[in-house]
Amino acid sequence: MPVMLALVCVAGLLATAAAAVALGRSANAHRIVYGASLAASLVILIAALAQLVAAPAPAAVTLPLGLPWLGAHFRLDALAAFFLAVANLGAAGASLFALGYGRHETAPTRVLPFYPAFLAGMSLVVLAADAFTFLTAWEFMSLTSWALVMAHHRERDNAHAGYVYLVMASFGTLALLLGFGVLAGPDGGYTFAAIRAAPPSAGLAALVLVLALIGAGSKAGLVPLHVWLPLAHPAAPSHVSALMSGVMTKVAVYGFVRITFDLAGPVAWWWSMLVLALAALTTVMGVLYALMQHDLKRLLAYHTVENIGIIFIGLGLALAFKAQGMAWAAALAMTAALLHVLNHCVFKSLLFFGAGAVLNATGERDMERLGGLIHRMPQTAFAFLVGCVAISALPPLNGFVSEWLTFQAILLSPQLQSWGLKFLVPAVGALLALSAALAAACFVKAFGVTFLGRARTPAAERAHESDRLSLAAMFGFAAVCLGIGVAPGLFIDALAPAVQATVGSRVPMQSAFTWLTIVPIVESRSSYNGLLVFGFIALAGGLAAFAIHRLASDKVRRAPPWDCGFPDPSPATQYSASSFAQPIRRVFGTLVFRAHEHVEIPPPGLTAPARFAVELRDLAWDSLYAPVAGLVGGAAERLNRLQFLTIRQYLTLVFCALVTLLLVLAIWP
Amino acid sequence: MAVIADLALQGAQMLLVVLLAPLLTGWTRKVKARLTRRRGPPLLQPYRDLLRLLRKDVVLADNASWLFRVIPYVIFATTLVAAVLVPTFATGLPFGRAADLIVIIALLASARFALALAGMDVGTAFGGIGSSREVMIASLAEPAMIMVVFTLALIAGSTQLSTVAVFMASGDVGLRVSLALALVALIMVALAENARIPVDNPATHLELTMVHEAMVLEYSGRHLALIDLAAALKLLLYVSLVACVFAPWGLAPKDAGPAALAVSLAAYLAKLAVGGFLLALFETSIAKMRVFRVPEFLGAALMLGLLATLLLFVSRSL
Repeated sequence: MPVMLALVCVAGLLATAAAAVALGRSANAHRIVYGASLAASLVILIAALAQLVAAPAPAAVTLPLGLPWLGAHFRLDALAAFFLAVANLGAAGASLFALGYGRHETAPTRVLPFYPAFLAGMSLVVLAADAFTFLTAWEFMSLTSWALVMAHHRERDNAHAGYVYLVMASFGTLALLLGFGVLAGPDGGYTFAAIRAAPPSAGLAALVLVLALIGAGSKAGLVPLHVWLPLAHPAAPSHVSALMSGVMTKVAVYGFVRITFDLAGPVAWWWSMLVLALAALTTVMGVLYALMQHDLKRLLAYHTVENIGIIFIGLGLALAFKAQGMAWAAALAMTAALLHVLNHCVFKSLLFFGAGAVLNATGERDMERLGGLIHRMPQTAFAFLVGCVAISALPPLNGFVSEWLTFQAILLSPQLQSWGLKFLVPAVGALLALSAALAAACFVKAFGVTFLGRARTPAAERAHESDRLSLAAMFGFAAVCLGIGVAPGLFIDALAPAVQATVGSRVPMQSAFTWLTIVPIVESRSSYNGLLVFGFIALAGGLAAFAIHRLASDKVRRAPPWDCGFPDPSPATQYSASSFAQPIRRVFGTLVFRAHEHVEIPPPGLTAPARFAVELRDLAWDSLYAPVAGLVGGAAERLNRLQFLTIRQYLTLVFCALVTLLLVLAIWP
Repeated sequence: MAVIADLALQGAQMLLVVLLAPLLTGWTRKVKARLTRRRGPPLLQPYRDLLRLLRKDVVLADNASWLFRVIPYVIFATTLVAAVLVPTFATGLPFGRAADLIVIIALLASARFALALAGMDVGTAFGGIGSSREVMIASLAEPAMIMVVFTLALIAGSTQLSTVAVFMASGDVGLRVSLALALVALIMVALAENARIPVDNPATHLELTMVHEAMVLEYSGRHLALIDLAAALKLLLYVSLVACVFAPWGLAPKDAGPAALAVSLAAYLAKLAVGGFLLALFETSIAKMRVFRVPEFLGAALMLGLLATLLLFVSRSL
């Protein structure tokens, strides 16, 4: 029974965490911990796939844990099985990568015990089938990942990142707690089955949707709740960054889908506008922030924000279509969103692995101090390039497929009845197209500055290739990127039960079409065949190369670079990450970041260096968080006086509080 | 039998675009020269240039990586596949089902991604400047193009280019405001994508404002030939795209006889000639703009496209 198997594996992961404490600093600790994690993740992955593909009847288990009168309910339906499969695919990849990468960990005792616990927490969230278990697992996941973020707490900014993360995670859990409270109703039916049996009224359902959007959205990184994400994700060790960006954000998406599509019941269409507007904002802001970064891992973290936006655009469309009774269109939007969940998990993990390999080889995360790594780390460079192409939504890889499906869903929306959506959805489409183009720019920058050109520092010059296990993880995920890209129909069919469970309809059976073509609605409307496109590109390129080498010339001479006749030997004259982003900063920066350039040029005759600095502001932080933080700080300052009262005053306070409470109880109806 | 005929037609179209692309470039250059009262290079000069480049050795920069050598083939292959997907003189070709208009745009984006990476590979200032400006231009041109695609798809009820072309030829379209806006936006995007005046100057080789030429500065020999051919293919693609959507007359339907095919081929050649002439006329009558005026130009294209789409969302008849 898949659900029991998954639970046993989760117990195994928790036991591994305990064992990791016992193993301490022993030389083989990382092999044992990551090996066990890899095995457990693979078993859960297989169990989830078995549930998703083979057995449609959901399996449920109740264990005598947690609250005595409630017990711990676990259930593996199609939706949970899909997310469990995605989560454990990411976890298996990260564990494989860590088998090689974890050797270089400087503080293993701070990482090893928390890593399997974190994996267990994420799987438990997806398996949970009552509010108490769900929230406990959610908080467990947050705290273990917080511990991993703080693994290198002595490094600059990491403590701050951990603090912001802790505050935001608590805030998000609070919103979810309130949401489940509303769902459970006055009788306190905390199991999902009870909630489903008695769904809340339309008004309360909308309240639940907003609370779920805040709670799950803050964990996933929706703007403006994203501020913690680009701080915390890069601070963790790279394989954990991959998990946090690639998997934990997906668990958050699961929370949102579970609550809004399964538990809360139908909501009015205008709530989908809130989701769509936030999602579109998230998409563009995420990629613009990413473009401005020169820290490789932070760039990737910001880019996660963009992809979460794309996923939420699909979910918002599904919500709108479902509210207006167009289940077949909702199925397409939901398919696009779920396929992007899988895709993003794969390529973002791959990219974080690459960033980790670079960090390990050079000790640098700052792209301005890298360059030319393609010569030193050709295999890592290749895998990273595959990830870059995939995440930039370029055919024939996987990112393009889910974005294409999202576009197709947007093209169905003129059939929506409501005027608000008719105005909003085209703008969402334009912003999605804009973010796709900006994503390509962002990853030209990320790959070009890090791997291409000439080494900017001696550290980059001395880089070495990654170990075999790390490379195996990267190449495995690169192969998955290509696999989903050329045969998306198989994956769309596999996740169809999850789509069916959430919106009550599904896209056409893709295996019915020849040559792995995918057809979202009908063939005369639109179709895409990744296999043929990939085949033709490979064929045309291969034939051209063959013909030219055979018939024309295949000679190569090496010479110094031409550079219009003025090559400069200093690598400092190359384009850097900041200069690469400068044109885009000039186009969007003043509006989005209040970008300010400080240029300092010494007067003629002086030999002082010229200086240039750019100041970017995070509007969400300035307008939302800074005032709140100031308010809290001020209030704390005032309340601080309470600490210095006399005993009489304390007794008076206690007495007053008691009287007030009694009064409230007396007046309360 | 029908399948073989279809495949033969598809192959013929593939060959046709590769063979015609340099001619279109040569024709545009010739017209431009005549309009400025010069004699200009012969029509066939682009072919001679390509052959000469193919025969020459490749001179690679010392620190060029394997990626630098692979990219010309990638650019050529992706551009060719995109160009083959656009119906030139016949519709309903077998390969057309494999991909729609969005895929064509994305394939061109792939080619640009590769070219921008090539610009950064050697680590020179010129390559970087070209790449960084190219992605800036693309970041606005691409969404504008997607908006044009949305407009066409909403009018024709399909993103398949063949279906769109057949629908546009059918006469059910009528006059629509959206189509006019989309045409203007498409032409603006096409100018930017093909590095034409006023966005970029295809005739420059040493200028601080160059974009496309700056990225390919380190290329030579057969690599440069492939990139030049890909650029010519891209120009042909955009002229064919405008022609098949906005001037779909004479497109041969599926299973047309040889006579009909010959007529539509002649019509296609005439459309190309007119397109090239208009491009040259436009280029000679306008000055190149500063790089940072380009975002305004393309922003206008994006807004036009968005407006065209929005009109279709709120009204099915405009």
